[in-house]
Amino acid sequence: MTSQDYAGMFEPFTGTPGDLIPLLQCVQAADGYISEEATARVARFLRVSENVVFGVASFYSQFRFQAPGRHSVKVCLGTACHVRGGEILSRMLERDLGISAGETTPDRRYDLQRVACLGCCALAPVIQVDSDIYSQVTVIRLHEILEAYA
Amino acid sequence: MHSFTATQEAARQKWSALQSSPIPTIYVGTASCGRAAGAMKVLEAIGGHLAEQRLEANLVHVGCIGLCYLEPLVDIITPGRPRITYSNVTPEKVESILASHLGNDEPLMRCALAHHDTDHAQGNGYTKKLPRFVDLPMLKPQVRVVLRNCGLIDPEDIDHYLANDGYIGLMNALGRSPEDVIAEVGEAGVRGRGGAGFPTAKKWEICRAAQSETKYFICNADEGDPGAFMNRSLLEGDPHAVLEGMVIAAYAIGASQGYIYIRAEYPLAIARLKIALEQMRAYGLLGHDIQGSGFSFDITIKEGAGAFVCGEETALIASIEGQRGMPRSRPPFPAIAGLHGKPTIINNVETLGTMPHVLRHGASWYRQLGTPGNYGTKTFSLVGKVRRAGLIEVPLGTPLRKIIFDIGGGTLKPFKAVQTGGPSGGCLSEEFLDTPMDYESLGAAGSIMGSGGLIVMDQDTCVVDLARYFLNFTQHESCGKCSPCRVGTRHLVEILERITNGQGETEDLTKLHDLGEAIKRCSLCGLGQTAPNPVLTTLRYFRAEYLLHVTEKHCPACVCRELIEYRVVPGKCTGCQRCVAVCPTGAITGPRAEPHNLDASLCIKCRACYEICRFDAIAGDAIVIGSGRKGTHEPTA
Repeated sequence: MTSQDYAGMFEPFTGTPGDLIPLLQCVQAADGYISEEATARVARFLRVSENVVFGVASFYSQFRFQAPGRHSVKVCLGTACHVRGGEILSRMLERDLGISAGETTPDRRYDLQRVACLGCCALAPVIQVDSDIYSQVTVIRLHEILEAYA
Repeated sequence: MHSFTATQEAARQKWSALQSSPIPTIYVGTASCGRAAGAMKVLEAIGGHLAEQRLEANLVHVGCIGLCYLEPLVDIITPGRPRITYSNVTPEKVESILASHLGNDEPLMRCALAHHDTDHAQGNGYTKKLPRFVDLPMLKPQVRVVLRNCGLIDPEDIDHYLANDGYIGLMNALGRSPEDVIAEVGEAGVRGRGGAGFPTAKKWEICRAAQSETKYFICNADEGDPGAFMNRSLLEGDPHAVLEGMVIAAYAIGASQGYIYIRAEYPLAIARLKIALEQMRAYGLLGHDIQGSGFSFDITIKEGAGAFVCGEETALIASIEGQRGMPRSRPPFPAIAGLHGKPTIINNVETLGTMPHVLRHGASWYRQLGTPGNYGTKTFSLVGKVRRAGLIEVPLGTPLRKIIFDIGGGTLKPFKAVQTGGPSGGCLSEEFLDTPMDYESLGAAGSIMGSGGLIVMDQDTCVVDLARYFLNFTQHESCGKCSPCRVGTRHLVEILERITNGQGETEDLTKLHDLGEAIKRCSLCGLGQTAPNPVLTTLRYFRAEYLLHVTEKHCPACVCRELIEYRVVPGKCTGCQRCVAVCPTGAITGPRAEPHNLDASLCIKCRACYEICRFDAIAGDAIVIGSGRKGTHEPTA
């Protein structure tokens, strides 16, 4: 993003301390993650140090610090999914994609996240790819599900 | 100025016009759970069929009625006929359902679940042998107060809410003094539904008495318990119920500004809240001088960025102020000095959802529900290894047995345990099935009510693994401010990992117990004070299972990865090679038509061979998962 983009994004905010989290949410919605540059710009806008901005951002699980892949794979590890085998799905996804949760594949095709509950516990175990939710997933179906996303 | 009675009358007319519409009305459950099950594709198919057949019908989006295991749900009413509910609807079934129901005036029996005919319990010729909706085994034992509109009205239309007695509670409240409102809530004995069960009126009284020009009211919708979705369903299915409760509460304490702190992971609930807030403003139910009462109040939505500890009041306030969500020591309590140092009340979504009912029907009505000291109803998300999973509401004091077996239909394999209160709660064994679900009984058993997550486990769930899972969660979510929680939970996780990896020792059980007790006593906030509960309760009620892991290196539920192995049963294996094809490491070998070999040193225990074999009609179950020398065992999917 250019400095003009940032300026436009920051415009509705008044620069009070309470704006920090909503600002970071805006940045992430636009960029997909919180880059070092974004951290610096938010810090300058709020007149606080970059440490403060990164300290707050890294506290919350919503914020990511790596550029996302073209497709985002989320594996649910809520309690209901856990007792129905979500952990095995997570392990196999990490193995198949060759990355750990929170990372993006080198070809930027997928990124992988572990989330605590997508809220469809009755359909466990579930994974989400982009906005599609797959319910009662088995290890055998994983490959086929992922292949549909180029 | 909008006259409330005129607005209400117009809404009722609109509602009854929909009920007696000359064209069919189709209701589709499009809350998050319905969408996950494919409701949007069903909706698309319905739209397609209607356009193709040139049929006219009202399409209404409704929230979640709680029968999650039957989603997607579609209800159809044709003129002069009772409402019929269809379950597990797929886009493929849509055409035959609509052709039969709309085309031939005959509900399609093979897809229909129930009817809503209030006059004919057994159903007349039209509804044939269908059961009545409210008599379904999952619904009959329930008492739906907070959830009464969910799944029945359009959550994006304030008129639907108004037509169903909405905002009457608020109007009653505005006609009385704030002190009177607090007294009524106190008389009703409402206790906070967020977890701890603190008397709501007491909290309000303190805040009411605090001297300050500015007071804040916060609705805590940061449902962080992994495996609980009560608040999300209520906000998605009936947002006005919560908002009405919020305005009542704000009036009682004298707040001028309100916040809804809601998880960013709930986009649909946020969208519906935004719509609802706009509608309230348009009807003069929010903003300046609400309904001419002289009371002004407005609400802003704050999206939480994901931190379980923000369920703690002082942490939540820090988060709204733009800081790391860390709790601080109390006193001063937020009711005296909260957000920006001003008196602040934080109430849970469900607590607020009960307020309209208390103010509409009065305290004595409310006290008829539940048991002495535990009045009213409670919503629970009933999930795990239970046959009928979903969202339910029962009077406080209902025994666990009734919830799990009558409403939930029991478990497929023998029942083992139930976790109440999410990661902060406890794991209760079979002997507690007759325990009434109330704050004191659960506390005495070493668990808590919590916000209402109920995870049912059968014999295929390992309680040691579950304790490890919960502790892993709380350890990760510990904010790090106080060392008992930060360091203590990490040690608990390490010990539990050792045990589940087969490296545990008998002394570890004592260490778990002593450390758990210390963390409970010394932690700063509710997160740390309750974090050891899953370990302490499983140790107390399932000690034998821990001992098997430690002494025999045996996991009876066949869950703990290091303690299990996959085996081929030679007598059953037909040598079809399907497992060979799916094995990612080449651990399974063997020529076609002969029993295969499984090389345990290459096996990564991914379950693929087990799953492909299980669903194979010919071989079926030729691959088993075993643990230790105690024989084999086959887990359910």
